[in-house]
Amino acid sequence: MDFSFTDEQHQLRDSLRRYLANEYSFDARKKIIHGAGSSEAAWAGFAELGLLGVPLPEEYGGFGGGGVDLLVVMEELGRGLVVEPYFATAVLGAALLRFGGGGAQAQALLPGVADGSLKLAAALTEAQSRHELFNVTTSAKAGANGHVLNGAKTVVLHGAQAHKLIVSARSGGGPRDTAGLTLFVIEAKAPGVSVTDYRTIDGMRAADVTLINVAVGHDAVLGRPGQGWDVIERAAEVGMAALVAEAVGAMDALHEATLEYLKTRQQFGVPIGRFQVLQHRAVEMFMEIEQARSLAYLAAVKLDGEDATERACAVHAAKARAGRALKFVGQSAIQMHGGMGMTDELPASHYFKRLSMIELTLGDTDHHLAAFAALQVPGQATVSEPGEPGRKAA
Amino acid sequence: MDLNYSAAERAFGAEVRAWLEAHLPGDLQSKVLNHGRLAREDYVRWHKMMAAQGWSAPNWPVEWGGTGWTPTQKHIFDEECAQAGTPPILPFGVNMVAPVIMKFGSEAQKRHFLPRIYDCTDWWCQGYSEPGAGSDLASLKTRAERKGDKYIVNGQKTWTTLGQHADMIFCLVRTDPEVKKQEGISFLLIDMHSAGITVRPILTMDEDCEVNEVFFDNVEVPVENLVGEENKGWTYAKYLLGHERTGIAAVGRSKRELEFLKRIAGEEQVNGASLLQEPRYAAKVAELEIELMALEMTVLRVVSAQAQGKGPGPEASLLKVKGTEVQQRLTELMVEAIGPRALPFRLEHFENPAPGEEIEPLAAYYFNYRKTSIYGGSNEIQKNIMSQMILGL
Repeated sequence: MDFSFTDEQHQLRDSLRRYLANEYSFDARKKIIHGAGSSEAAWAGFAELGLLGVPLPEEYGGFGGGGVDLLVVMEELGRGLVVEPYFATAVLGAALLRFGGGGAQAQALLPGVADGSLKLAAALTEAQSRHELFNVTTSAKAGANGHVLNGAKTVVLHGAQAHKLIVSARSGGGPRDTAGLTLFVIEAKAPGVSVTDYRTIDGMRAADVTLINVAVGHDAVLGRPGQGWDVIERAAEVGMAALVAEAVGAMDALHEATLEYLKTRQQFGVPIGRFQVLQHRAVEMFMEIEQARSLAYLAAVKLDGEDATERACAVHAAKARAGRALKFVGQSAIQMHGGMGMTDELPASHYFKRLSMIELTLGDTDHHLAAFAALQVPGQATVSEPGEPGRKAA
Repeated sequence: MDLNYSAAERAFGAEVRAWLEAHLPGDLQSKVLNHGRLAREDYVRWHKMMAAQGWSAPNWPVEWGGTGWTPTQKHIFDEECAQAGTPPILPFGVNMVAPVIMKFGSEAQKRHFLPRIYDCTDWWCQGYSEPGAGSDLASLKTRAERKGDKYIVNGQKTWTTLGQHADMIFCLVRTDPEVKKQEGISFLLIDMHSAGITVRPILTMDEDCEVNEVFFDNVEVPVENLVGEENKGWTYAKYLLGHERTGIAAVGRSKRELEFLKRIAGEEQVNGASLLQEPRYAAKVAELEIELMALEMTVLRVVSAQAQGKGPGPEASLLKVKGTEVQQRLTELMVEAIGPRALPFRLEHFENPAPGEEIEPLAAYYFNYRKTSIYGGSNEIQKNIMSQMILGL
């Protein structure tokens, strides 16, 4: 039993925090958001720091980092309010490639992710999907030379910044079946693909992607045809654990900012932190963060484990717990900053917005509570059932 | 980061488990698992068995009978005891007064009291709270005046847990009323069989007698029962409070109670299905289970820091608050689970619940457990501590 980080993990954290403090200030970030939406300079910096290779296996040019290494990176990106496509590319995109059999695509593409030359986006969600990643109507029709894709993907994180999209499409089964899903790696600029870029409320970028008669070869299939769900589910676990870690980093920074405000803002002739009603709320924020942090650690460690039920339990628990914590911490921080909390000027509101959107990404709190509850029922089928993703024998 | 126990630690857990399986008397186990009411002799019998096994005071230094276990081993031991359903070793002697005697007491006090605490020859209770001194403990008024080689004690203590069974009480008493309130307090060890002591039980809302008022009317206490120096009692009291352990979160017991909750809720039917599959109730149980998972990890983080020689500091307050919230929520969901069958109040059914009567004590258990966020420094006081010590507000 050991909760400490290795020297390498400490170094990674320190160097990333230093880099972001110097090169990715709150003002610099604001310019990026209102300009190009992401920063090529920052991306090159991340590549140089080795950040992009952290979650990638060594055979593909990565550092072979585990869940805890990813946690360290994501905590710092959360603390730094980074709006770059790290999650889309190095976390979710790379995980899909990695779990999709680790074949030719991983061989061809992951080294590019590691060196910063290739950006990916995961086009999984559709307008009707809500939190069900198996809820897919985009169709994949098999032909002699490959498949033809038709459909529309919505809120594809950093879709317009990506060179390649990893698209889930239905090659068989009904609209909410987990069976019959196939993943495709396609060029973002392929004929028939249109990508509409927009800002998200938390300062990131996302896109709607329309696919009209997009013809792709056999080599575009990621993993086995019709078996995409296993890959999506596994990659989503990595994504959830990463988002939880990002939330913990953001909550830490927001709590620190709130404490600073409580200690300096004067009313009635004293710092407002002297008032017990605010002290207790600040303590409750602290307790929420510590509980979320504990499960972020658990999820990070279990992420590398082979026991599917344990892994699923840990990530669902972590995402549900962090979802509750981030709402309380975010709302409390704004309240305790008073009018200043409402402004665009202070980082507080930006943390609040990012945290709130983390809750809605890859399943909200209720979704994960239900998934966790389902895992607790013994004697259930091991196959995921529609509406109950991840339901497995306990 | 490695969240697994080592092979040696797992073997240790197995050894404890095997011993408990072989030795924990069935009648005690049944009372504990089914929320029956433990009698004085139940506590004493178990304490003496643990003493004979050498396990009644794992936290003590080895020279006084401690086990020399690591913080992780102590945690595993607590977990195994909780899982098995052992009666508790009451904290007042072993974990509260003993560390104070060891740190500040005289050699004679150590030699006399520690062995008797170890094997429960003396049953100890705590004389801290008074009618006018709860959260503001330092405003206590019970007076001790020195007359020759005796203190004469007058006043009243209250909320004295299981004081009706006690042989000894450790008391905070006022020895100097003229100075700042924290500076005139002393720490006295008083024989509960002394002339002038009256114990009056307080009936709590579950009609149990766990707590008492203790009255002192010209009680004579030999001066050699003063711990440390006169008027330094507040320092010793704070040391005692700081000596709280990670066990305060009671994660092991809560894990056992969660299984109990799932069992009884699983047997309840709603619309022809188990209550555990009713989405609203299932979500509440899931939320509680997740909170408990998080708490267990938080406790292990503290244990692991202790193993590296750090703490436990003010984070014990976090464990107390979250631990008691979980404990209370468990009892709340138990009562929700059994619905109208929570109403019958038949003491004869739950002094020692028979098979089939396991749900009978649950409503009383719920009402009783409101105490947890009040005792041991109310949860509001814990938040004051965290605000000051951790957040610097």
